[in-house]
Amino acid sequence: MGSTNSTLSKIPNAGDLMQETGFSPAHIVRLYDRYKALDKDKKGHLCPQDFGAIKELAMNPIKQVCQEVLDFPSFVRILAHFRPVDKNRPKDPNSPEHINSRSNKLKFIFQLYDQDKDGKISRQELLQVLRTMLEKQVTEEQLESIADRTIQEADLDRDDAISFDEFRKSMEKVNIEHKMSIRFLR
Amino acid sequence: MAPYSQLSFLLTVLLIFGALCVTSKVQIQSSSERQSASSNTGSTGESTSNSSASITTVPIVTWKWHHVETPYLVALWILVCWLCKLMAQLNSKLKSFFPESALLIISGFILGGIVWGADKAQTFKLVPRNFFYFLLPQIILDTGYFMPNKLFFSNLGAILVHAVIGTCWNAAAVGISLWGCYLGGAMGNLQIGLLQFLLFGSLLAAVDPVAVIAVFEEVHVNEVLFIWVFGESLLNDGVTVVLYNVFDAFVSLGGEKINAGEIIKGIVSFFVVAFGGSLIGVVFAILISLLTKYTGKVQIIEAGFIFVLGYLSYLTAEMLSLSAILSVTFCGVCCQKYVNANMDEKSVTAVRYAMKVFANGSETMIFVFLGVTAIDTDIWVWNTGFILLTLLFVLVYRFMGVFFLTWILNRYRLVPIELIDQIVMSFGGLRGAVAYGLAASLDETRIKEKNLMITTTLIVVYFTVILQGLTMKPLVKWLKVKRVSPTELKLIEKVNNRAFEHILAAMEDISGRIGDNWWTRGWKRFEDTYITWFLMKPEARKNRDYLFSIFHKLNLEDAINYVTEAEKRGSLAFLNQTDGTIVNFEKKLRFSGVMPDIMSELDFGNNNVQPTSVIQDTVPSVSLNIHEHEMKRMNEDFNAHHLLQQHLYRSRKNHRHKYSRSNFSINQSEDEVQEIFQRTMRSRLESFKSAKMGVTPAKKITKHPKKDPNHKMSNGKTTDKSKKHPYGDEDFEFSEADSAYSGDGGATGGSSQRRGTYTMGAGVENPAFMPEMDTPPPPWVTEAEADTSVAPSQGAQRYLPWSPRNLHRLAPLRISDRSTDSFLMADAPATEESSEESPQQPSQRDGTHM
Repeated sequence: MGSTNSTLSKIPNAGDLMQETGFSPAHIVRLYDRYKALDKDKKGHLCPQDFGAIKELAMNPIKQVCQEVLDFPSFVRILAHFRPVDKNRPKDPNSPEHINSRSNKLKFIFQLYDQDKDGKISRQELLQVLRTMLEKQVTEEQLESIADRTIQEADLDRDDAISFDEFRKSMEKVNIEHKMSIRFLR
Repeated sequence: MAPYSQLSFLLTVLLIFGALCVTSKVQIQSSSERQSASSNTGSTGESTSNSSASITTVPIVTWKWHHVETPYLVALWILVCWLCKLMAQLNSKLKSFFPESALLIISGFILGGIVWGADKAQTFKLVPRNFFYFLLPQIILDTGYFMPNKLFFSNLGAILVHAVIGTCWNAAAVGISLWGCYLGGAMGNLQIGLLQFLLFGSLLAAVDPVAVIAVFEEVHVNEVLFIWVFGESLLNDGVTVVLYNVFDAFVSLGGEKINAGEIIKGIVSFFVVAFGGSLIGVVFAILISLLTKYTGKVQIIEAGFIFVLGYLSYLTAEMLSLSAILSVTFCGVCCQKYVNANMDEKSVTAVRYAMKVFANGSETMIFVFLGVTAIDTDIWVWNTGFILLTLLFVLVYRFMGVFFLTWILNRYRLVPIELIDQIVMSFGGLRGAVAYGLAASLDETRIKEKNLMITTTLIVVYFTVILQGLTMKPLVKWLKVKRVSPTELKLIEKVNNRAFEHILAAMEDISGRIGDNWWTRGWKRFEDTYITWFLMKPEARKNRDYLFSIFHKLNLEDAINYVTEAEKRGSLAFLNQTDGTIVNFEKKLRFSGVMPDIMSELDFGNNNVQPTSVIQDTVPSVSLNIHEHEMKRMNEDFNAHHLLQQHLYRSRKNHRHKYSRSNFSINQSEDEVQEIFQRTMRSRLESFKSAKMGVTPAKKITKHPKKDPNHKMSNGKTTDKSKKHPYGDEDFEFSEADSAYSGDGGATGGSSQRRGTYTMGAGVENPAFMPEMDTPPPPWVTEAEADTSVAPSQGAQRYLPWSPRNLHRLAPLRISDRSTDSFLMADAPATEESSEESPQQPSQRDGTHM
């Protein structure tokens, strides 16, 4: 464990990050290594081009996950959303919710849909995501009707858009904690 | 409920009695004791004596029991078993706390008791051969075919650990512990050695798929727990077979000949048996998938291929002494996706239902016969120590194995399996007919205590299935095991699930490690590029997207709901008002069937009226306006009418007594009237089109090839309908509407003469308008003339004396015979007509024409 600690000391604000995200030192170190590897020209932050360089990611329909310039803490925070929920971790009533809580996970997905950040998933935005996710054989009309129907299901106030509350309600039965978690981040 | 169950019980008893009479006769006949036969049952006994007497005269009726004996008994037993199931299901009070499998075994006891009471010996029992070759395969095929694949493969690791290590542990621990107790003197003096104990342990080790499904299906535990138990019960067969065969071989070799080499051979044979069996299953799955690519032509037996090939995969594996259960499981698991995509939707439904019928049927029989088998004094050898210790060890080691393995697995799991789930899982370790089958096929010459083993196996089976099955439900409730909640299918959830997959994959890529999603994605890509190309029909490949199929399914559900709703309200006008919500449904259908439905819709009234006249009115208007129209509106029309034809004209369908071995929809079969109708319509349309568009020949050329197939299709459809029509009130209304707008066309005058021309038999081609066409007579004139030859029959059909409604129709008819000058105005009535047909203005339509 000695080597781990020595690397950990090099990472700025490692302690705070661990506190905030709940990652273990080993995770932080591993993520830091990855971060360094992605940041090819050592500019100290990650930009969309760096993510574009990941071959598998380029094929992923949801590329827009990381469109902003990220420094290491925000990089860790994004990944922290996908940490499995652990029951043992004490929940301090005063502190804000854990970053990997259910509603934070939901918020993360919601923000992926909500590109213009107006707090609503509009038909256009949904269509955009659907278009990238569905296979090519689905025609544009079919896409539109799928989008219409999806909105219909969630849209409670009939404004042709899904607000976060509506989104959360429609996902009530889905086990987000399990589905939005990656095993190796535990 | 009570009267029903009593009724069925009576029925069952009656049948059993029948069966018994028959069986008793078999014995009596074979021993040729004539007197007792006649005394036993009166009339049948007499006829028996008649038949066997030397023939002095021509026998009118002969009693040939021996000709039908075996199939008759089989059929009778199947019936009795199924009636037992029916009884178990009807008795709701009993069913609420008894699992069905337990009830079936108990009714098996009763049946066995009756048979034994009649014959003083057990004539019927579960023969291993019948069980393994005729009862088991379809159950396993069913489980494989309906396996939730994603769940199965994502838990495959855990399932394999339990199936392989857990089963080995059970076998070894039970065998060795029993041996230890035997040495300790707990069970007296038995001719049994360590190897026999291990053999016995190995046949008892495997959790039985049939019993597990039967019990777990009723308790609805959460899906992970279910797939663990269920998957384990299926996959441990490979292990069981190997262990059984190896120890069987060891027993015959004798203890001193076993060396390291033999043991290594045993271990190798495990891999060969398990993987070989699975491989055979996969090969057959590929065969099935490939075959269904081409079976569209013989759609009616398409479904059968799945069963035959599935059965063959079982037999092939058995022939090569590989694991047959694994083979047929993987056959079902691998082929389901491609088969469902390749086959017609009807065949898919047929397969699903038939699969369930077979599986449920033989499952019922297995349980009943497990009960019947018990009532036999020959096999009962009691040894308290042996039996009780076996029970104890089976139960205890199951718990130990499950807890230990789950503890290890939990260290690597995202969502650990909870203690409660582990208890249920251990408790769900039911043994069943497979264990009995293996025990019954032991070789008595080598294993002296075979009967004791059978007895013990049966008791273990009864104990686990009846007692554990009985307590399973309360236990699950008491422990508050997470259950599946019946959820509504929601598109938004599915969409988001898809998004999760992508997001998780992206995150794994970003963090640069290979996770679970990496594998699923890799497989998906491989499947998309190679496997679907190889195994799926090109058409099937097109609409394969999972989300889209969910969407389609939801829409279908909606459509059904709309129809039910409309029927409830007693009016189909309701459908038209909810057009906003059915847009999706229409969009889907629009590509496939707009044209035919519009055509058919407009022809509603026309088979009673003069077809020609209606065609004249309606068809041109459609074909001219279809491009100008807003598609949506059309869709609503045809949608409503699509429903109408289904619901208004059913009565006629029932009257059609026709038989076809390969067609359900008999109305599609070719028929003279249809033929005439099609040709008439086609020529009519073409002649009209050229009359109308002759001015712009270029347009005509471009339009014709496009239209023709549509017309053909539509003709086919229309005629379908025309045959279904009763002379009901509904279509009277339609015909009036038709006639009404033709009246608007301004052709009221001079219609009586025209009618004259129709009745002359030339109704197919209206000679009156032929000369007035702008274009010179094109080639279709000959076609039209040919049509006149069949016209009389049409005319006859039209003026059948038995339809009094004709009197009513005469008036509209006269009006509807449009003179040629109405063609000049064809556009006007056409647009009007379509707007009338559009649902938004039903009142207007009534107002103007009634």
